Amino acid sequence: MTQLIAAHGVAVTINGRTLLHEIDLSVDTGEIVTIIGPNGGGKTTLVRALLGTQALSAGSVTRMEGLTVGYVPQRLNLNPMMPVRVSRLLTSATPRPRSQMLEALDETGVGHLVDQSVHTLSGGEFRRVLLARALLHDPNLLVLDEPVAGVDHAGELVLYELIQRIRTERGCGVLMVSHDLHVVMAATDKVICLNGHVCCTGQPHEVSKHSEYVRLFGPRAADALAFYEHQHDHEHGIGGDVTHDHAHGHHHGDRPHAG
Amino acid sequence: MLDDFFGRAILAAVGVAAMAGPLGCFVVWRRMAYFGDTTAHAALLGIGLGIMLGIDLTIGVAAVTVSVALLLLVMERRTGLALDTLLGILAHTSLALGVIVIALTPGLRVDLTSYLFGDVLAVSVTDLAVIFSMALMVLTVLAVIWRKLVAATMDEELAAAEGLHPARYRIVFVLLLALTIAVAMKVVGVLLITALLIIPAAAARRVSVSPEQMALVAICLAICSAIGGLFLSLYLDTPSGPSIVIAAAIIFSLSLLPLGLKQR
Repeated sequence: MTQLIAAHGVAVTINGRTLLHEIDLSVDTGEIVTIIGPNGGGKTTLVRALLGTQALSAGSVTRMEGLTVGYVPQRLNLNPMMPVRVSRLLTSATPRPRSQMLEALDETGVGHLVDQSVHTLSGGEFRRVLLARALLHDPNLLVLDEPVAGVDHAGELVLYELIQRIRTERGCGVLMVSHDLHVVMAATDKVICLNGHVCCTGQPHEVSKHSEYVRLFGPRAADALAFYEHQHDHEHGIGGDVTHDHAHGHHHGDRPHAG
Repeated sequence: MLDDFFGRAILAAVGVAAMAGPLGCFVVWRRMAYFGDTTAHAALLGIGLGIMLGIDLTIGVAAVTVSVALLLLVMERRTGLALDTLLGILAHTSLALGVIVIALTPGLRVDLTSYLFGDVLAVSVTDLAVIFSMALMVLTVLAVIWRKLVAATMDEELAAAEGLHPARYRIVFVLLLALTIAVAMKVVGVLLITALLIIPAAAARRVSVSPEQMALVAICLAICSAIGGLFLSLYLDTPSGPSIVIAAAIIFSLSLLPLGLKQR
């Protein structure tokens, strides 16, 4: 296990308001780390600080020598007035051969969309295209901000399984941000519960019983995890196959809401 | 062709249209139509100051449009005001100030209309040289930074995360826009420049599948508008600047016709 990226005592203050303080975290190769926390808890700010696009007011971020980050933003601020095909979005920064693009798109199951306009993609297709775009950089660290934003409940689990598969096949580290308490908990190695500071951290089943976690997300949150771990056992085998996205949706239609 | 006022007008309009096409695309993509408008309004202040100080008017106008554009960039960051509020304040303050400066300059009789709506039929050979060197400069810079400027325009956050410096490209773009507006004023006037920027780009969107294609189509449509508008003004004896804008608007209306285009 090599440490890919680590934050040491990171603090971020914007306009006199302290958004983050005393943040310590690290992501190793092959590890899936998920940051969860309430809205306004500083999740996206922390990602920016790690990516280097947000200045730190204290602390430091260390990166492994030769670290390549594949970043999947929460959403793109792409104006519909700009005509952009999937292939163009994939290579917005640097041109790449079509074969490479298709390879990355196939890995996320959307190779058939290469020539489609990005403005006609569904939420799930868009996430997969952005994921493929990040994979094109051949990253050793994937950073995903709300990877299931804009995806229906049925598609969420399939996407998390896809992320797990990418981790297994490529051996890269994964840092995810999610406000989703349930599915994500089952698909992660380490959970960091963030609310301005690191409230608690550890394996999903540990965190879900932690008093801070229960205080933030309510007592039902812990039960929800058990529910999903159980459901999850029966979901293996559908792999990341897109065409099955909706076939298993009914399992998750009635999931309990916490907090 | 250079001896004939109409020939010079055509060349001037084509030169300006060639710049306005691709820059207009970025104005549309970056939702900066009002930004362009504000910079254009400020151009009138440049005229006033240029006359008062006795310097070349194009230089006076360029100095003011560049200053106002940079001031906007700074104020956008520093003040908590919404950008459109800020633009509204600056646009009309500089326009009002321009009119007052012109009125206060002693012994001056200026026909404001030619600055507000353009006077392309009065361009000189020197004006033409300025327009074409500016067009060459703008198009060269755009070609050099194209890919990165497009990436920074798609999504600033993503571009920043990937090590691009979107703020730099924003400044370069705003400078190009300010300079283009300064030389375009002769052709369509301060009140109509934004139209020449955004109408061809908006029409080009309908038929384009890539940013590059949209920019090229916008150049073609802007040039068609320029030439079409000038002939319109020649045959109908209408003012040239407004005629160019009307020609662009007609082209845009045609682009709205359902031609069996699927969503792009």
